[in-house]
Amino acid sequence: MAECHPVGFQWVMEAKARGARVIHVDPRFTRTSAMADQHVPLRAGSDIVFLGAIINYVLTNELYFHDYVLSYTNAATLVSEDFRDVDDLDGVFSGYDPQSGSYDPTSWAYEDVAEPAAAGTDRQAPAEHEESAGHATGSQGASEEGAAHVHRDETLQHPRCVLQILKRHYSRYTPEMVERMCGVSQEDFLAVCEAVTANSGRDRTTAFVYSVGWTQHTVGVQYIRGAAILQLLLGNMGRPGGGILALRGHASIQGSTDIPTLFDILPGYLPMPKAGNSDTLEDYLGRISTSSQKGFWSDARSYAVSLLKAWWGEKATADNDFCYDYLPALTGDHGTYQTVMDMIAEKVEGYFLLGQNPAVGSAHGRMQRLGMSHLKWLVVRDFNLIESATFWKEGPEIATGEMRTEDIGTEVFFFPAASHVEKDGTFTQTQRMLQWHHQAVEPPGDCRSELDFFYLLGQKVRERLADSTDERDRPLLDLTWDYDREDGRPGASADAVLREINGWELTGPDHNERGDMLSSFTQMKPDGTTAGGCWIYTGVYADGINHSASKKPGSEQSWVALEWGWSWPANRRILYNRASADPDGKPWSERKAYVWWDEEAGSWTGHDVPDFPKTKAPSFRPEPGTPGPAGLAGDDPFIMQADGKGWLYVPKGLLDGPLPAHYEPQESPVRNPFYSQQSNPTRQVFKRKDNLSNPSAGAPGSDVFPYVFTTYRLTEHHTAGGMSRWSGYLAELQPEFFCEVSPELARERGLDNGGWATIITARTAIEARVLVTDRITPLTVEGKRIHQIGLPYHWGVGGGGALVSGDSANDLLGVTLDPNVHIQESKASSCDIQPGRRPTGPALLRLVDTYRSRAGITVETSNTLRGEA
Amino acid sequence: MSARKTLLSWPVVRQLTGTDPLGRGAAAQSQKTRDWTARTETADRVVQSVCPYCAVGCGQRVYVKDEKVIQIEGDPDSPVSRGRLCPKGSASEQLVNAPGRQRYMLYRRPHGTDWERIDLETATDMVADRVVASRAAQWQDVDQEGHALRRTMGIAALGGATLDNEENYLIKKLFTAMGAIQIENQARI
Repeated sequence: MAECHPVGFQWVMEAKARGARVIHVDPRFTRTSAMADQHVPLRAGSDIVFLGAIINYVLTNELYFHDYVLSYTNAATLVSEDFRDVDDLDGVFSGYDPQSGSYDPTSWAYEDVAEPAAAGTDRQAPAEHEESAGHATGSQGASEEGAAHVHRDETLQHPRCVLQILKRHYSRYTPEMVERMCGVSQEDFLAVCEAVTANSGRDRTTAFVYSVGWTQHTVGVQYIRGAAILQLLLGNMGRPGGGILALRGHASIQGSTDIPTLFDILPGYLPMPKAGNSDTLEDYLGRISTSSQKGFWSDARSYAVSLLKAWWGEKATADNDFCYDYLPALTGDHGTYQTVMDMIAEKVEGYFLLGQNPAVGSAHGRMQRLGMSHLKWLVVRDFNLIESATFWKEGPEIATGEMRTEDIGTEVFFFPAASHVEKDGTFTQTQRMLQWHHQAVEPPGDCRSELDFFYLLGQKVRERLADSTDERDRPLLDLTWDYDREDGRPGASADAVLREINGWELTGPDHNERGDMLSSFTQMKPDGTTAGGCWIYTGVYADGINHSASKKPGSEQSWVALEWGWSWPANRRILYNRASADPDGKPWSERKAYVWWDEEAGSWTGHDVPDFPKTKAPSFRPEPGTPGPAGLAGDDPFIMQADGKGWLYVPKGLLDGPLPAHYEPQESPVRNPFYSQQSNPTRQVFKRKDNLSNPSAGAPGSDVFPYVFTTYRLTEHHTAGGMSRWSGYLAELQPEFFCEVSPELARERGLDNGGWATIITARTAIEARVLVTDRITPLTVEGKRIHQIGLPYHWGVGGGGALVSGDSANDLLGVTLDPNVHIQESKASSCDIQPGRRPTGPALLRLVDTYRSRAGITVETSNTLRGEA
Repeated sequence: MSARKTLLSWPVVRQLTGTDPLGRGAAAQSQKTRDWTARTETADRVVQSVCPYCAVGCGQRVYVKDEKVIQIEGDPDSPVSRGRLCPKGSASEQLVNAPGRQRYMLYRRPHGTDWERIDLETATDMVADRVVASRAAQWQDVDQEGHALRRTMGIAALGGATLDNEENYLIKKLFTAMGAIQIENQARI
């Protein structure tokens, strides 16, 4: 955090100054470790064991926050007797189909809950392993039939209640196992357990902070789930000083998920339609929520219809299901890695790169560049001639002779982009806060914002199709596309777009005239009388005021600072903050008071905007089975969940299991000691000659790649370098690509500090300057010495005008993905390292070939889903 | 300058009588230094912005003179950052003004060996033509079982995490209306 989010880290230091204990768990010693009370180096890829053992410590010693857990989580809920855990089935949960490498989650359901409405139709055999939680169910969690009336055991003793299932599941996650698998001493581990539990409860809260490297594993979603289970058990969710805080790495990466430039969702986490199970609006809505579940997803019709009205205006009517059929449908994984493989197969003709440099920033740079070389046309919009714009001229494959410039038919358009000070608009930062940035100057030369570019492109495409009678062009021609600037200058008005995102009432005889701006998503209507482009952002323009531009100085307002920017939803700064009060609505303690029930006023109040129906009393109990927001009891703080509770156990919605189970990375020097199942049996593998994997432990040839490497960022650079390697100040601060190795590994391999090393995987070999440092600790895992190598990934070769360049760490990676979200495993892979520079030209390819044959690598290597590596 | 004033401005006198007895600050300051002013003081206007690098969302103050950005500083009003910026945020003036920043449209024709200059409007028209053609070439009406797809697999995009919400909104809206589903950003990476 101190490295990559330094200004955010000031608040950790403030907390430390007030007595907080700071623990840093990371393979490397960094600036964060230097400031922490305890640094715990662990083996990359072993986090589920580490988190699971803390959970086991909490359960075994009965240190969970009983009242919170009983009332606010699904700990008491009974699970189907058909459910079997991984220890019963040698490393898979019940419902696993080895043919497709995927689960039928029916047996994971709550007891006596009917077959979840969507589950039967969601899954089609041919595409099963291409499912993702996102495009199967949207990102709204899962719909759950009958979740408004589940069976509970309030004594938490029933053998099939969630808490007892957790106890059995985690019983093997012991301090001894942490020592064996993570390389962390039992003493260090227990110090963490004691600190975390001592600092949780009524009077105290503990926060978990992660950077998104945690998501870059074949079990990435289950890493986050592990933290979620622990924080729910300790009562640290929805409370000040608690939570699981994702530190995201781009100015608006949160915003680009909320209003997604992602294939599987629509704005506000509504799912994209999927062919076969959402052919009509009714089918589609049935995937999002059912008529017998609680919470605000039950109003999905209002959110979806308002979106359709925002996009297709008066053409969207009740008679035509509001143009629902104008939406295209998915048939499986259309994520970025699948798309690149489709480029190589020449199914994709054109590609827009918008402030992103996949030749350096994505896994398997060679595959990225190969994909681009098969395109008909490529649009790169950036500040500089990044490597993704110049691959045809100066990429590494030109140097090895694999590609020739003259042979590459890709037409490349480089459009210079406007910077943040040259346009108006909002970024959504990592805690869901929208902040408006004002335009300061006009962009120079041909530089333009994406807003202006895409507004103009949309106009030009529509002009070209204006006379079309083809039904397929109706969605484009009927689209509302009118964002002219009020000052008459060319281009689009960001303010007009933000107004549409917020939404408005529709008035007039046919409800097609703009009325007042909506102030809350609860005002959205299912009948087409409101429009709004992203329901969770509704309220940012409440009362016609752009609240994202609120800039009341922090020193002039409360510590929650509700008048600086605007957080979705409804300007709530801590989600699920009903949980900051006890079941009766009183603060758990004076010290941790945040939101509470005011009996006299008959409403929720506090320091933040309450994340709960404002006048619903803590004692309120609905008629059993009441669906929707009305079905939420006064003690159901998790208002988006189908049962109103925090999910320790996930009955539906994940593709790789209802609980985190430890699996080794795709490429690991360590055998999984829990079962014969080595890696995630549902991970997404691609058996291709251009995507070979190193053998994992237990398989022949694994000793050819004995080391673990992990990639990361430096303070002075930004991701693939497009915004830092062209800056004189930043390039000078961190000029050269390097690898961090321990003195012990340096001796073992003969590496000299300041000299060169070559790092080799089944994909390629790269060279880096050697930094011999105690910051990397060799670990003892299963009695074996495990060395880890640290690689910052900011450099690339061939960028036009870059002030510094170097080999790209991401070229070492293959493509193997988490099944839920299709994110690549890029934080724990295996490699070899040798002293000296890498060969150049075709000799580089020969070196990699030698390694492949020594390790006996084929397309099958490490790609068997069920069983050992 | 009067003799009295000259005497009083003598560094030793300032050091002994002023607030800087160790002579490390005000007492040692020369007239030349005193006459300097920060370039932020002579700016025509100050515009509030947000740092474009990581997702902490630090407040920035952009100083503009003669319609050029002359400096970017941390915004002390921000309750997030309290005026601080990290090395990247502090260097963001160079994002705007770096001499190497590309300011003009470039084009590489198929099989071409170098960039060519091209008019921005022409290039936008060419891209629009290609979007229309590729959209049609890879169009899919229904899947094998007859379920509606209404999409094109001919066009893809990557990027958005560095862009504004309003920009992402227009991109998603336009692509979805075109039937182009393969749209992704750093959140998947």
